[in-house]
Amino acid sequence: MASEAHGAEEGGLVFHPMDQFIIKPLFGGDTISWYTPTNATLWMALAVVAVIAMMVIGTRSRAIVPSRSQSIGELAYGFVYKMVEDVAGKDAVKFFPYIMTLFMFIVFANFLGLIPMSFTPTSHFAVTVVLAMLVFLTVTIVGFVKNGAAFLGLFWVSSAPLALRPILAIIEVISYFVRPVSHSIRLAGNVMAGHAVIKVFAGFAAIAVVSPVSVVAITAMYGLEVLVSFIQAYVFTILTCVYLKDALHPSH
Amino acid sequence: MATETHAAEAASAPGMPQLDFSNWGNQIFWLVLTLLAIYFVLSRIALPRIAAVLAERQGTITNDIAAAEELKAKAVEAEEAYNKALADARAEAQRIVAEAKAEIQAELDTATDKADAEIAAKAAESEKAIAEIRAGALEGIKDVANATAVELVAALGGAAEDADVTEAVDARMKG
Repeated sequence: MASEAHGAEEGGLVFHPMDQFIIKPLFGGDTISWYTPTNATLWMALAVVAVIAMMVIGTRSRAIVPSRSQSIGELAYGFVYKMVEDVAGKDAVKFFPYIMTLFMFIVFANFLGLIPMSFTPTSHFAVTVVLAMLVFLTVTIVGFVKNGAAFLGLFWVSSAPLALRPILAIIEVISYFVRPVSHSIRLAGNVMAGHAVIKVFAGFAAIAVVSPVSVVAITAMYGLEVLVSFIQAYVFTILTCVYLKDALHPSH
Repeated sequence: MATETHAAEAASAPGMPQLDFSNWGNQIFWLVLTLLAIYFVLSRIALPRIAAVLAERQGTITNDIAAAEELKAKAVEAEEAYNKALADARAEAQRIVAEAKAEIQAELDTATDKADAEIAAKAAESEKAIAEIRAGALEGIKDVANATAVELVAALGGAAEDADVTEAVDARMKG
C-alpha cells in the first residue's frame, strides 16, 4: 500500500491514521451503492439504539422521583431545551425536537466513535455537511417564511453609519453563506483530527523505547477527545440555536 | 461500474477517505434514515413523555408547597387561638381571684367589726362588774372594820355605840 511505503522509511514504522475512516461494506463485497449497509450504517444504527436506550427505555417508568437512567434522559432534555429557550427564544421551542435530534445524533455518534476499533460517522464531511445544510436551509426558509423580505434586514446593519452599510452588507452575506461550511468542517475536522492523532501516537508505540510515552499520549488524547466529543456536539447545537434566533428575530 | 474502481482506489489511497465522494450518496442515505428514526423516536415518544413527567413533577411540587403553606397557616391560626384562650383563661382566673379576695375581705371586715363590738360590749360589762365588785368590796371592808372595831372596843372593856364606831372607822379610812 502507498501509506506503508511512505512509512517504511522511518525504520519500519507504519502509519495508517486515516484508514480508520475508510467506509467498507458491512457484509463483504467491494461495491458501495447508495443503499449498501456499511460500517457507517452500523454505527449510525448504534447511535439510534443508544438514543432509544437513553431517551425511551431509560424513561419508561415515568417516575415522579426519577431513577438514574431517567435522570440522565431528563438532564439531556433539560440541557437542550434550556439552550433552545435561552439562546433562540421562547418561540423557537417548536424547533426543539429537531435540534434535540441533531444534538443526540452528534453526541452519540461522537461518543460511540471513541470505542476502540469503532467508526465515527461524524468524522465524515458527507455527514456533517448534510447536518449543516439542514440547519442552513431550515434557518433560511424559516427566516423568509416568518419575516418575508424583512429577513434581508439581517444583512443591513441599521446601527452602522450609512456609508458603511453596503460594505457591511456584503460581509454579512458572505458570512451568512460561510456558516454551513464552518459549521460542518468544525465538527468533522475536530473529530477526525483527534482520531488521527491517536492513531499516529499508536503507530509510534511500535518502538519499544517510545511506547510508554506513546501510551501516556494516547491516554491524554483520549481524555481530550472525550471532551471534544461533547463540546463539538454542544457547539454545533448552540450555533444552530444562534442561527435560528437570527431567522426568528432578524433585526440586529 | 465506475464507482467500484473508484472506491477500491480510495480505500488504499493515502489521502482522506472523507474526500472520496463516491460513497457520499450512501452515507447521506443512511444519515437521513438515522435522523428520521431519531426524530421520530424523540418527537413521538421520548420528548412528550419527558415533558409530561417534568410537568407532572412540577405540578406535584407546586401542590405540595401549597399544601405545606396551608398547613403552616393553619398551625399559626391554631397557635393564635391557643394563645388567645390562654390569655382569656388567665384573665378569668385573675378575675376570680380578685372576686374571692374581695369577698373574703368583706367577710373578714364584718367579722372583725362584729368581734370588736362584742369585745367592746364585754369589756364594758366587765368594767361594770369590776366596779360593782370594787364597790361591794369597799362596803365589805367597812363592815368588817366596823365589826372588828366594835369587837376590839368590847374586848378592851368599853361599850361603844355603833354610830360612833362607824364614824370613827370612816374617818380613819379616809385618812
